[in-house]
Amino acid sequence: MERSSSSSMELDSDLNLKATELRLGLPGHCGDDDDGPEKSQISSTSPTTVLTIGRSSSGGSNKRSSPEAPSSNECRSQSDSSASGVEFEDRDCAPPPAKAQVVGWPPIRSYRKTCLQQQKRGSESGMYVKVSMDGAPYLRKVDVKMYKSYADLLAGLESMFKLKFGEYSEREGYNGSAYAPTYEDKDGDWMLVGDVSWEMFISSCKRLRIMRGSEARGLGN
Amino acid sequence: MNYFPDEVLEHIFDFVGSHKDRNSVSQVCKLWYRIESYSRQTVFVGNCYAIGPERVAERFSGLKSITLKGKPHFADFNLVPPDWGGFVYPWIEAFARSRVGLEELRLKRMVVSDESLELLSRSFPNFKSLVLVSCEGFTTDGLAAVAAYCRQLKELDLQENDVEDHRGHWLSCFPESSTSLVSLNFACLKGDINLPALERLVARSPNLKSLRLSRAVPLDVLQRILIRAPQLLDLGVGSYLHDPDSENYNKLVTAIQKCKSVRSLSGFLDVAPHCLSAFHVICPNLTSLNLSYAPGIYDNELIKLIRHCHKLQRLWILDCIGDKGLEVVASTCKDLEELRVFPSDPYVGQAAVTEEGLVAISRGCQKLNSILYFCQQMTNAALITVAKNCPNFVRFRLCILDPTKPDAVTQQPLDEGFGAIVQACKGLKRLSLSGLLTDQVFLYIGMYAEQLEMLSIAFAGDSDKGMQYVLKGCKKLRKLEIRDSPFGNAALLMDVAKYETMRSLWMSSCEVTLGGCKALAKRMPGLNVEIINENDQMEFVGGCDDDRQKVEKMYLYRTLAGQRRDAPEFVWTL
Repeated sequence: MERSSSSSMELDSDLNLKATELRLGLPGHCGDDDDGPEKSQISSTSPTTVLTIGRSSSGGSNKRSSPEAPSSNECRSQSDSSASGVEFEDRDCAPPPAKAQVVGWPPIRSYRKTCLQQQKRGSESGMYVKVSMDGAPYLRKVDVKMYKSYADLLAGLESMFKLKFGEYSEREGYNGSAYAPTYEDKDGDWMLVGDVSWEMFISSCKRLRIMRGSEARGLGN
Repeated sequence: MNYFPDEVLEHIFDFVGSHKDRNSVSQVCKLWYRIESYSRQTVFVGNCYAIGPERVAERFSGLKSITLKGKPHFADFNLVPPDWGGFVYPWIEAFARSRVGLEELRLKRMVVSDESLELLSRSFPNFKSLVLVSCEGFTTDGLAAVAAYCRQLKELDLQENDVEDHRGHWLSCFPESSTSLVSLNFACLKGDINLPALERLVARSPNLKSLRLSRAVPLDVLQRILIRAPQLLDLGVGSYLHDPDSENYNKLVTAIQKCKSVRSLSGFLDVAPHCLSAFHVICPNLTSLNLSYAPGIYDNELIKLIRHCHKLQRLWILDCIGDKGLEVVASTCKDLEELRVFPSDPYVGQAAVTEEGLVAISRGCQKLNSILYFCQQMTNAALITVAKNCPNFVRFRLCILDPTKPDAVTQQPLDEGFGAIVQACKGLKRLSLSGLLTDQVFLYIGMYAEQLEMLSIAFAGDSDKGMQYVLKGCKKLRKLEIRDSPFGNAALLMDVAKYETMRSLWMSSCEVTLGGCKALAKRMPGLNVEIINENDQMEFVGGCDDDRQKVEKMYLYRTLAGQRRDAPEFVWTL
């Protein structure tokens, strides 16, 4: 099973993954670890690939992670400089973008976790569309499902192409900018980005084109 | 009172409703015990291993309704291995043999096999109501048996169970003559549903008041169902994916407008983030709203919806509503009594709400008495303010996603904040702590939390003193569950008799040793002291070296039934 770094934190009881449980040390212990493992508890039925708790910003955090692991892969959690993470069964250990989880924390039922996952799973397939910009020598590709909203998508495009879109309004389109974002829909028509609901947009967008303002003004009406 | 005939006493006892009160009544004298026992129709067993089913059937000969709870609470969070126990079959079998006139069965965190459901459906001709919460072990075949053979079935309520789905034929097993359904909740089922059978069932159930659909029920079916059942009080929408310009959606809007009686709304298991506006028309009538299974709804849609919900008493939502959204709740929902804010992304550990949302709620919702709040951070100042604004909390559960995070502003432990809560909320019965906490918070809890019945502790405390303060001070404590905290034998053994006044104690990843647990078990034969030994972490080699091993998971409970005979290999009863 292919695993991305975030799905490595999935609760998957079928895989019988081992996990370290974490122990509190007494206060006064230095926050930096690597002075030998505390007693580690391996629980075959706790299915998370569990790692460290994020450290609090100050005050002695008494967490210790146990480096005792069956696999030889070790990953460092980038989000927390003093934490060390151990991942199991991860061949490609992409740096995890987020803090790893403690077994059974946060305390929510598996049913609830599955519900949230299911919504995400729908978007895990990714939806890459080509993005062209007038005047640019080559096209780019973006995964539209990475974005949650128009604001998100436009911010992403602005960053990718180093430009700024104007304010969107239903009447005027993108006013006050040199460029306007447009997309080709299922019927082959070129539409202004932002007119329909986000879901509708996601389901009908075939490719994106960042049009020069002078051309785009016609679409805004 | 002894001069009254038994029937009079019985009649008087009819007015005594709560389990606690009936238990008290039964202890007055032998006569009262006898009468109360045969007249009690509703029995509550908080721990299915505390007593055997035969004894229950024998004592309560008039039993019609029973509630059973199985696994310890932390089983919800994967801390208890599968096959630990909590089987309902022996109960159903014993009741069938004793010819109990069972009408209602309510189970929580129990293992329910298809065999037990089949036996249930065939053994009790007056059976009316089955409520399963957080249970597992059964498939839709078991449900088919219940549908087919429980001729008087009024209520089938499945909440957050893990059900193996063998596809949708179970719904067709309700006989055509079955018209008695009042409540049907199958939201937790994952597989396909026989939609025509569902529609026909709804059509022939004129008393249907509560209907919660699974994600397999699409919009057009929902619309037709609503047309058939405008008398619904409680609606759980299944799938809510649609194109707002479509014909179906317009029909749905019309159908919803006819549902003037709906007071409780939930579901939206698959949801397109926009177009909840179809429901705005019924929002002013809602007293209960649960959108906590719908991570796809954007905060502005949530807020737009909530602005219409002036009568809301109960709200369950996801943290994507944000602090700003909670301010809207605070200004709109003046009757709010219960709020639960769940994390929408537990894996990433970024909650969208902070202490500000909680404070806003406390300012606006004066009737608030129950809260479960997953958040990014908390401060003592906020908790102190909340305590001042809302002294009526009965249940207060706070979960900071980073479990040992200190006060976000001062970096101090959150002792003072929680201390303020227990001091102000004199009626507090349930408390869950999180954040950086020292022994001090437990001193406060022991001092002030006089009504506390259930306490959940994780990653807190410095020493045995912490647990000792609680055991000494909280006279009404019934359930104590602790994980990853430095409490050891000194705390465990401080007052062993106390555990017989409690339902149960759970300690995992603490400092208690095998020796400590053995000593406890020896002194208190009326308790089952169970050690969960996964993966042979512990060894009984013999000799006293054993005893210094730390016990990873211990669960003890008072019981009249002795050591349980269904314990798996990895559970040792000392």
